[in-house]
Amino acid sequence: MELTSEKEPKLLIVTVQDTRIDAASALRFKDEMRRVAEGGTDPVLLDLHHVEFIDSSGLGAIVATMKLLAPARQLVLAGFTPTVEKVFKLTRMDTVFRVHPRVEDAIAAMQEVES
Amino acid sequence: MQSILKPFDIQVDAGQMAVRKALSAVLDGLRPLDLDIEEAGTVELVLAEALNNIVEHAYGGVRGGRPIRIGCQHRNDGIHFCIEDEGEQMPEGRLPLGAAQNIERDVVDLPEGGFGWFLIQDLAKNISYERLGGTNRLCLRLAITVTRAG
Repeated sequence: MELTSEKEPKLLIVTVQDTRIDAASALRFKDEMRRVAEGGTDPVLLDLHHVEFIDSSGLGAIVATMKLLAPARQLVLAGFTPTVEKVFKLTRMDTVFRVHPRVEDAIAAMQEVES
Repeated sequence: MQSILKPFDIQVDAGQMAVRKALSAVLDGLRPLDLDIEEAGTVELVLAEALNNIVEHAYGGVRGGRPIRIGCQHRNDGIHFCIEDEGEQMPEGRLPLGAAQNIERDVVDLPEGGFGWFLIQDLAKNISYERLGGTNRLCLRLAITVTRAG
């Protein structure tokens, strides 16, 4: 599970470089997210545009990450591909997270807040 | 109507990487149907949930020598899958209900699991489960009717 992170004003962008967050990688995703977010205070933008497939274990790992960051830090999602969007819609988890179709829009929205 | 796809079977040994291997073999086998990204996503998601359940529950995570067989057949009303394993039977010998999770709650109380059967029940039709001797047999249909290919 490869994640890259970039510190931007007012937010941390974490990009998943793998194409899957599934049962085989969910645990490592959770551990890696904890590691890259550690010590920071800014909200986190999770860029999923490389992720072509997610299963319920992967969904659970993203929910676990949101719970880990809450309540102080928000986890915002962006860059849904069709199968990722399907999983979030069917489980209605798209109503729980702030989701932006495009990463650039998410960055703009997050930097606008409280400015 | 004769499908352009001949029925095929895949067998793997249970394990987390085996699920990925099986999914890629099934999608490869379905290539003659020229599924679009939505359809392929549905196939992969439903099978992933069913196979993960077998690996995690029926076989309890034990590795090696635990076969999973997937049979696939394309008919007029969609793609039919039968999945067999030789692990523990389903709780109470029947299909889980797969109810939707309650997500109207505080972030800290949100569920992190229990979505798998809900997704299967939501996306698949004619789901049946039988215990035959020491074998679990789960069959289901995905209402994907491909007419554009061929």
